[in-house]
Amino acid sequence: MSIVGHSGAGKTTLARMILAEDAPTDGTVFFESINVHKLKNKDLTKLRRRIGVVFQDFKLLPNKTAYENIAFAMEAVGKTDEEIASDVPHVLELVDLGHRLRHFPRQLSGGEQQRLAIARAIINQPELIIADEPTGNLDPINTHEIVQILKKINDLGTTVILTTHNRGVIDSVGKRVVTLEKGKVIRDSKDGKYVI
Amino acid sequence: MTALKRIIKGGFVNFTRGGLISFAAVLVVTITLSVITFIILLQAVLVSSLDAIKDKVDVTIYMNVGAPENKILAFQNSLEKLPEVVSVSYTSAEEVLRQFRDRHADDYSTIASLDEIGVNPFGATLNIKTKEISQYESIANFLKSDNALALDSAQIINHPSYNKLVIDRLSNIISGAQKLGFLVTLVLIIISIIITFNTIRLTIFIAKEEIGVMRLVGASKMHVRGPFMIEGVIYGVIATLATLIIFWPATAWLGRNMTSFLGLNVYHYYLANFFQIFAIILLSGILLCVISSFWAVRRYLNK
Repeated sequence: MSIVGHSGAGKTTLARMILAEDAPTDGTVFFESINVHKLKNKDLTKLRRRIGVVFQDFKLLPNKTAYENIAFAMEAVGKTDEEIASDVPHVLELVDLGHRLRHFPRQLSGGEQQRLAIARAIINQPELIIADEPTGNLDPINTHEIVQILKKINDLGTTVILTTHNRGVIDSVGKRVVTLEKGKVIRDSKDGKYVI
Repeated sequence: MTALKRIIKGGFVNFTRGGLISFAAVLVVTITLSVITFIILLQAVLVSSLDAIKDKVDVTIYMNVGAPENKILAFQNSLEKLPEVVSVSYTSAEEVLRQFRDRHADDYSTIASLDEIGVNPFGATLNIKTKEISQYESIANFLKSDNALALDSAQIINHPSYNKLVIDRLSNIISGAQKLGFLVTLVLIIISIIITFNTIRLTIFIAKEEIGVMRLVGASKMHVRGPFMIEGVIYGVIATLATLIIFWPATAWLGRNMTSFLGLNVYHYYLANFFQIFAIILLSGILLCVISSFWAVRRYLNK
């Protein structure tokens, strides 16, 4: 599903609330049947392992290579060294970064950094991926590539919440669209069109 | 075990990739440890100087001429049993006379007068040293008390030599110097700790977004915090080695050129206490860095 709205409509706030980074001033946020803001720190960590996140500004670990960025996410869920050694090159191949294994984020282009962020988000096979304006900093070609990767992930069975104000992205995805305005849902359409 | 191995590896990787930030942190920790080492040496010089002053203070009891030696020795024995007393040295009347002659060997008229008398005009002496300079007064009071008189000392003691005014002033100076030394130590250590803590806080402040991202990908608190603490250990160890290396030639120079001024060969002191100094600054460095890292990361972990 896509969440659309003008800047300041509350798209990113919604994403941050699902991750329990921000608390709602009113109401409750559930992930399945779990009230995410009632979780203890330890349980919140476990919840976050079930959600993959992709941000507009990539949020990669700057002092770790592409390989280490992915490996870190795997280490966080307790994967073994053997699993890491076999899965990381594979997922980097999937996002066409197999040749950039030992590069640091600063040595990658914007599109490559975003693909690396997606690789990190999917490595632990999360149940949900939140992509907050993932194409905001990218040119049209890279935008198209990222959208295609996200669609592929969704086709393979992972729920993807995509927030954006890019009409072209919404129209090309063609899935459910929820429109926000001033923090409220003003439209929920299933026809996959951007209407404001 | 794997988690610990990853944390340790993460700390080393962070340190080596930290570049200028790691260098700056090590530099500041080295300065802090140098201050601590300097304070250790300063305390040693202060203690040695004060001990030298204290050693010059004593109470001398002049015995009557012809006082029987067995009574004097019995009195010496009873004085040695007092808890405040470190030592009581006995100088016989003959020895006192010999020392007097040696001291006035160039003073012809004095020696001539002594020869004119024909007999030894000096009595034996007992020289008392106490553990603390402030205890001389209680020794002097003891000599005047009934306890001392009960030991038959009244017949043998001529007079005790004890300058209360000088000893009181010395005692005040020594106690003042000790208090000042402690205060200076405390202030310097507090300033160093604050500077180190803030430097490490700054290095972690630079990584605050990174910490947030680590938490978002589901890393546990220890998985995030651990490498920073290991980095702190590395800062502490390298800074300790740097400090020890800096102080080696510095103390050697002080030992060669300043021993008579300081009253202590700092180089010999440094070598003799090398392992204690090493242990103190290594522990201080590691604890300071690890605790600083722990607290600094804590702030961003809970966000």
